[in-house]
Amino acid sequence: MKIAVCIKRVPDMEARFSIAPDRKSLDQSGLKYEMGDFDGYALEVGLQLVEKQGPGELTAVSLGPDGVQEMLRKALAMGAARAVQLKADQVPVDGLAIARALAAELKEGGYDLVLFGRMATDTASGTVGPMTAELLGLPCVTAISYLEISAGKGTARRDLEGAAETSSFPLPAVLTIDEGIARPRLASLKGIMAAKKKPLEVRPAQLGEPRLFVESLALPPDRPPGRILGEGADVVPELVRLLQTEAKVL
Amino acid sequence: MATAFAFAESRGGELRKVALETVTAARQAADASGGGEVHALLVGAPGIAARAPELGRHGADLITVVEDAALEHYSAEVFAATAAARLSAGSYRAAFFSASAQGRDLAPRVAARLGVSLACDVTGFEMRDDAVIAQHPGYTGKVMVTLRLVGSPALLSLRPGAIAPAEHSRTPRVETAKPATDPAAARVVVTELTQRAAARLDLGEARVIVSGGRGLRAPENFKLVEDLAAAIGNAAVGATRAVTDDGWRPATDQIGQTGRVVTPDLYIAVGISGAIQHLAGMRTAKTIVAINKDKDAPIFKVADYGIVGDLFEIVPRLTEEVKRARHSH
Repeated sequence: MKIAVCIKRVPDMEARFSIAPDRKSLDQSGLKYEMGDFDGYALEVGLQLVEKQGPGELTAVSLGPDGVQEMLRKALAMGAARAVQLKADQVPVDGLAIARALAAELKEGGYDLVLFGRMATDTASGTVGPMTAELLGLPCVTAISYLEISAGKGTARRDLEGAAETSSFPLPAVLTIDEGIARPRLASLKGIMAAKKKPLEVRPAQLGEPRLFVESLALPPDRPPGRILGEGADVVPELVRLLQTEAKVL
Repeated sequence: MATAFAFAESRGGELRKVALETVTAARQAADASGGGEVHALLVGAPGIAARAPELGRHGADLITVVEDAALEHYSAEVFAATAAARLSAGSYRAAFFSASAQGRDLAPRVAARLGVSLACDVTGFEMRDDAVIAQHPGYTGKVMVTLRLVGSPALLSLRPGAIAPAEHSRTPRVETAKPATDPAAARVVVTELTQRAAARLDLGEARVIVSGGRGLRAPENFKLVEDLAAAIGNAAVGATRAVTDDGWRPATDQIGQTGRVVTPDLYIAVGISGAIQHLAGMRTAKTIVAINKDKDAPIFKVADYGIVGDLFEIVPRLTEEVKRARHSH
């Protein structure tokens, strides 16, 4: 089984973000980057499928500046056979531009499955996976939390608000992965050593003409500082009074 | 004058609240650019046409109804092809979807088919002559991103709850259309839709959410949280990732960076320390109440009202006081 997993490098969300002087980008000082949470799940799902489904290999693909190579090496250390960097000075905010570049890379690859995380943790958009599927003309199921593949067909389940949808689909297909199927493994020392010799190809990203741009970034107004009313159950009547008369939410 | 489009989401033959949100947003967009028409698309099994008047009441001028016995469940391929065909047939300035589970699946596909861009999870927008400006809370809500969409139609998916449905009475024209592709030819087939208990209010639609964390110590103690939610009425129950990871609550109850992002009027955090992961899902609630035994817990930094102490004493008392307050009204 031949699988491609598309992963994005995102800033560590624990950071205290500040805005750069251009007011359109983040101040990079002190920012640490890592693989997006859901992309890690997608990578693990792909690795387990390759292991379980007999001969095959996994390719990790990421679009972005040279900084993504560190993350791609990590994917190789976890078990990917090869990695591809689609080189761009920065990752555009336009999901369709990214999808065009990915589709151009993937279309001749002969992949049985193309996996994405449900969404990147920075933009929380989740658009690139289904857009890439459309451009490739492949069936696609998004945000899945259960997956079974056998005999060239798949069954997936995705959670909706208050409901769950089960669907069946033929391969090749594009899937975007939610929590719940697999937790990413840690790379072994052997894996880390092996990763150094695995191929990491670099090609220019064919982004096309973007139509969605960042106009500005701003820090949201701080919430008013928290207010502790007091200790213990005796404070409850005061809380109820404030919820009724001050916040007017009860 | 500009025409705006709204996709009206339904499930099980009923409109979802987000359908009224997209129609309301489309009405605002049309009015803001000279008072053009709002065209809504309603897709479902036979009978769904009965829901069209409600779209009219929220500002739709023309409703295209696509009924097909095979469309009882969502079919990404048929819905996307049908929406793209409808959008190609007109000259639309902006098109609104919901950033609901279905809309997040549908809108990107429509964008790719049309070769236009999509601003996702939008909480506010503005129509300009040369662009549509959209606000989106990015970086787990820590950075407000303002986006500029050029080209037509500009596609936007709206964060559920961000735009309040508004009545805007119209007597709409209703037309019928066929699915743009044969449902029988769809490659992805939804074989089952499992509804969770019908009485449960969805987190995205609840005005009040009561959430529990590890501080509850055991899954059965969630009864305290459920009792409080029941006393308040019209309230949903959420949970932290720690709790859903441990299987105390279903994964779909998780609020946070990797779960649901919610904006209720009132959020009551019970036994929740307030990790970044959790704050990302609820920091935009209008009023936050925290009950926790550790006065240094980060949740108290965002809580409008905090009580330090033993939740096993405080929460039952709160339930009682809420009941009493509601009776005296």
